[in-house]
Amino acid sequence: MSDVADRVKKIVVEHLGVEEDKVTESASFIDDLGADSLDTVELVMAFEEEFGIEIPDDAAETIQTFGDAVKFITEAS
Amino acid sequence: MFDLTGKTALITGASGGIGGAIAKALHGAGATVGLSGTRTEPLEALAAELGERAHVLPCNLSDAEAVAELPKQAAEAMGGVDILVNNAGITRDNLFMRMSDEEWQQVLDVNLTATFKLCKGVLRGMMKARWGRIVNISSVVGATGNPGQGNYAASKAGVIGMSKSLAYEVASRGITVNAVAPGFIATAMTDKLTDEQKSKINAQIPAGRMGQPDEIAAAVLYLASPEAAYVTGATLHVNGGMAML
Repeated sequence: MSDVADRVKKIVVEHLGVEEDKVTESASFIDDLGADSLDTVELVMAFEEEFGIEIPDDAAETIQTFGDAVKFITEAS
Repeated sequence: MFDLTGKTALITGASGGIGGAIAKALHGAGATVGLSGTRTEPLEALAAELGERAHVLPCNLSDAEAVAELPKQAAEAMGGVDILVNNAGITRDNLFMRMSDEEWQQVLDVNLTATFKLCKGVLRGMMKARWGRIVNISSVVGATGNPGQGNYAASKAGVIGMSKSLAYEVASRGITVNAVAPGFIATAMTDKLTDEQKSKINAQIPAGRMGQPDEIAAAVLYLASPEAAYVTGATLHVNGGMAML
């Protein structure tokens, strides 16, 4: 697994309090990992800080799964 | 009770009578205060009076770019914003039939849109801190309406609806959002009224007098305090009984 994926997973595990093995490529933050809509906003904020990038609101809306997040951040950073 | 030591508070409209009293009350409870307003001179004078823990942050709230910068400037000056008091407001009174689009827009821009933007600008820090207090100053007019103030009443009613919606969204993060709705308060603005006008106003107020800026500040201090953690989405009416809502 890439370095980006590891760092993203660490944030997700810490923020949502879920088991690491639940955070799979296709795991949806809301449907599978128990996030509410405000949690997803906070996750995006945490990603922005960890990777020093800006994630615009319209892009943030497309980040639904762990895989989406890793893909977006890999392309952006 | 109501100890704000170590907290930082941004207050808009701090050059006015009510805003100044709010700044003094929060500062007196131990908070570091960011004093915002359009007129630098009274802000400097207030900061000098308060001494330590006071920062002057001039901002014209009808300037959208300046509004976007204010939360950042406040966070830089004070290390964060734990408490936001949206007190600044303007009036452009006119009969509804005569009210221009510009008079409408100016009031909505400053009283409602700037309040929205400032709330949004401080939320990130509050979400991370899992603690925050937002107190938006509305008006009795927002609930009762007032002839000649269609724009002002709309903006102040808007502030209440907006505060409640935001309160829902962030309650789980330890952030409360409330409104304080003053009635007639004795300030430089009401000093201009004639004695006859004043007695007419007082006759409509069960308490028989206008309120003091300190009495608004006390309500804000309470809502900003750790003790008010379980109060959110509320509108605290401070109006001498003029409208019992």
